[in-house]
Amino acid sequence: MKAILILALLAALACLAGLALGAVPMSPRAIVAALLSPDAPGAAIVRDLRAPRVVLAFVVGGSLGVSGAALQALVRNPLADPYLLGISGGAGLAAVVAIALGFGGAWGVPAAAFLGGLGAIALVYRLSAVAGRRLDPHILVLAGVVVSAFTGALISAVLTLSPAEQLRNAFLWLLGGFTSASWSTVMVFAVYAVLPLLLLLGSARALDLLSLGEEPAQSLGLDALRARRVVYLSTSLLTAASVAVCGVVGFVGLVAPHALRGLLGPLHRRLLPAVFLASGAFLVLADAAARTAARPIELPVGVVTALVGVPLFAVLLRRTLR
Amino acid sequence: MNLSARGATVRYPGAAAEALADADLTLAAGELVAVVGPNGGGKTTLVRALLNLAPLARGSVTLNGRPIQDWRRGELARHAALVPQREDTPFSWRVSELVGFGRYARRGPLEAMGADDTAAVERALTRCDVAEFRERRIETLSGGEWQRVRIARALAQEPRLLVLDEPTASLDLGHEMELFELVRRLVADGLAALVVTHDLNLAARYADRMLLLDGGRIAASGPPEAVMQAELLSRVFRWPVAVMPLVGGPPQVLALRPGQDRPRYS
Repeated sequence: MKAILILALLAALACLAGLALGAVPMSPRAIVAALLSPDAPGAAIVRDLRAPRVVLAFVVGGSLGVSGAALQALVRNPLADPYLLGISGGAGLAAVVAIALGFGGAWGVPAAAFLGGLGAIALVYRLSAVAGRRLDPHILVLAGVVVSAFTGALISAVLTLSPAEQLRNAFLWLLGGFTSASWSTVMVFAVYAVLPLLLLLGSARALDLLSLGEEPAQSLGLDALRARRVVYLSTSLLTAASVAVCGVVGFVGLVAPHALRGLLGPLHRRLLPAVFLASGAFLVLADAAARTAARPIELPVGVVTALVGVPLFAVLLRRTLR
Repeated sequence: MNLSARGATVRYPGAAAEALADADLTLAAGELVAVVGPNGGGKTTLVRALLNLAPLARGSVTLNGRPIQDWRRGELARHAALVPQREDTPFSWRVSELVGFGRYARRGPLEAMGADDTAAVERALTRCDVAEFRERRIETLSGGEWQRVRIARALAQEPRLLVLDEPTASLDLGHEMELFELVRRLVADGLAALVVTHDLNLAARYADRMLLLDGGRIAASGPPEAVMQAELLSRVFRWPVAVMPLVGGPPQVLALRPGQDRPRYS
């Protein structure tokens, strides 16, 4: 409980930093004034540009973090992440196809991305079944990387074949980031994300058991097949919704679950809410860094998360292979 | 508690032969049955068939007269507990948390541990002599401690039937004996137990009945004296053995070195 309060405080500070940083730096006092009154100086920047951006980054970060933690229990591997398992790539490919075909509305892209994400995870499972070791965590990650490479190649093909106007749209979207965040994107995301988030939080105890393996989980009384299905669908939906609003951002699902398991222990009832707060704060800060590091040019936020995530992946890889 | 298998047959998808064929078994409260046999003989498959972890191709398994596939997982977990042969988890659980998972089937999905859950976990920890490890992380346990913790988790389920799949595979002599003594005490208290083991001699000393599986089929079953036959065991294990009685106790088996050992009894 104390840990959650501390994390909530840190998350609030991260959001404040997200509101303060940007082309026009603002003091915390000015931000509070702007939030309280629409007539305060800079109110438009804070209320219409930065606030939806920070909120979107926070909920997307939280969703990717919770997805990562859930997938790690599901495939019993701390290296799992929606990006590394190929779900993000599949969602990205389907979204690019939707945009190229002109179906790329605010609601259509997430739906396409969801189908793509599900297709990708099915393919990852197919591939690791070919290896005859469906549940081998390392084979699964390998299959995820292969599927990511495959979807990457197909994305290039779709982009090459697209007419100029669609190409530009798809390309801008692919670069990722929260540049075009608005309150309506926050809305779209919330509609897609609330149910799967609740389902995953409600699956906390099932995730504890799933991490022990199928047979122990079943003999302890878990309907493992059903629990798995819930986790697959929920994480695919969350990942798809995230990819739809901000492109492919990797490694968010890796950082916070790893750090917090060390601090709070692996019980998912405690872990998942903490991961949501910490991953949200992480992506808000990563976005703030992406906005300010190379001003006036804005870096894609995925660059920042990769710079943090890849070294951490190396550390984790060493630990799991030992 | 009454577990019964009639002609239970399991064929894994894509496999040429049946992993378990026409197995019959009954097990009641207060009984300890040991399942023995060579590697790949179908012992683990029998365990899976009995607990509805592998689908039956033919035959039937019933628990308290009801077909096993009609039991919901949660319901089954309140009656029967399994300590699987192998299990590994990537996370660093505390012993108390892991044993607490035994209470999963007795709580609602969002319900916290109640007083009776905590009491059951404590009883199980004490029973298996791991209460002092309560706060330890599982990766710091030795092989024997880890097995005892997993049995404690099974006991926290407060089952009527306990199934142990090669529980002593990685245990030294002392821990192995401790474990069988523990199971025997639990059976004396009214539990039914099925233990898969490679140790024929301990099986003969502790079990009420033995079941010898070979190539997925039951080669022999009955009291230890009926199964511990030199000719039978030599044939099933494809190795010459001698069987001799322990003084005042059940028969014990000794594997022979061809051309070296000359057993006095056979």
